[in-house]
Amino acid sequence: MSAKKETFGKTVGVVVAVCLVCSIVVSGAAVGLRSLQQTNAAIDKKSNILTAAGLYEAGLSNEELSAIYDEFVEERYVELGTDNYVEKDGDYDMYTSAKDPEASVRVENSNVGFQRRANVANVYIVKNEAGDVSRIVLPVHGSGLWGLMYGFLAVDADGKTVRELIYYQHQETPGLGGEIQNPSWQAKWDGKKLYQNGDVAIQVKKQAGNDNPYAVDALSGATLTSNGVENTLTYWAGENGYGPYLKNQSWRS
Amino acid sequence: MADVKEMKKALFGPILDSNPIALHVLGICSALAITTKLETALVMSLALTTVVAFSNLFISIIRNHIPSSVRIIIQMTIIASLVIVVDQILKAYSYEISKQLSVFVGLIITNCIVMGRAEAYAMKSPPLMSFLDGIGNGLGYSFILIVIGTIKELAGFGTILGFEILPLVQNGGWYQGNGLLILPFSSFFLIGGMIWFIRTIRPEQVEPKE
Repeated sequence: MSAKKETFGKTVGVVVAVCLVCSIVVSGAAVGLRSLQQTNAAIDKKSNILTAAGLYEAGLSNEELSAIYDEFVEERYVELGTDNYVEKDGDYDMYTSAKDPEASVRVENSNVGFQRRANVANVYIVKNEAGDVSRIVLPVHGSGLWGLMYGFLAVDADGKTVRELIYYQHQETPGLGGEIQNPSWQAKWDGKKLYQNGDVAIQVKKQAGNDNPYAVDALSGATLTSNGVENTLTYWAGENGYGPYLKNQSWRS
Repeated sequence: MADVKEMKKALFGPILDSNPIALHVLGICSALAITTKLETALVMSLALTTVVAFSNLFISIIRNHIPSSVRIIIQMTIIASLVIVVDQILKAYSYEISKQLSVFVGLIITNCIVMGRAEAYAMKSPPLMSFLDGIGNGLGYSFILIVIGTIKELAGFGTILGFEILPLVQNGGWYQGNGLLILPFSSFFLIGGMIWFIRTIRPEQVEPKE
């Protein structure tokens, strides 16, 4: 290495120049692509809700997807632990509010795996073409093996029967816990009952069999993920979650 | 100007003759983690090839101006910027796959192949050759990843790219999926087997006995 490279001024100069160019490139990419990424994220959320609603078909364009969403899905806000609807702004998000001490409560006596939950949840009411409520899509989350798993639970208009359980964000091991996103496992949820004699009864266990209305087969090699799914549903279907709302079927009024 | 033969060597040499995984044993960590399914292995290969090619190119362009006292930091800065850009592009144009890969794309920064080629080759060679060397090493990495991803997905799930090849017992077929090959560490056996294979057909790679 030649000596002239090593002067202090030159070293600083090169470092500053490289940093400047790199930061321009990185921020350029971040800013230039942000709107596209936000659109993707919003579309992705809508497609997850539509999947849980049973209205999603492969190959829908973004516009068609938004149109179906706007036509059949209505977003409402429920005070958790009660059966009351409340009014919120259109951009209200329960996961952001869970971080705000004013708008959330501490989770107690549960192994669902997070510390605070928002007082008010976003729920999505799905109507059929006649305008009758067909499903309720409820956001749920809870801890799996590696981190929180976020999903949508679709419940039939009777408030008891599961139609879909769609996970859209998780960090479980691909091929093991990650199989919570496998369509053949998701299909096992259709028709399962959340409650038995008024208590939450749904289980995720070994060799549950397809005929047991209160249990779904656990994922092989992913016991902790399966337990996490069960804990998640136990919490969210229970008294502190959507329990009272599902019981009183507030969407009928 | 480098002649065509040398260019070919830079481009295709790393696939068998000086494979970054099999000969230099670099970049093992990601080869273990993301080869459970072929699709993620393919996207990862593409992302890594892009990053290593362009990091080699840019580092080579400014190689005569990089002070040797801070050269590692400058290489890191360039590599990290490229990785972030690749990650952003994936998020914008291929949202589904970026969700599956997000952590691993970020970890390209720590992939030894990128840094190793920048330090060992791009710092001493002209831009075009460095670029080709980057693509070549990316291909070498991709070759191993694709072979291992194919074996693991086929043996573990009975599928290739999600299409069912061997019908699984769970779905009413006859094939019992091999649980061992789903786990990341099983790549050790497969990579070891490939190193053995490559050294058998290329005996000059075997180190002399000490």
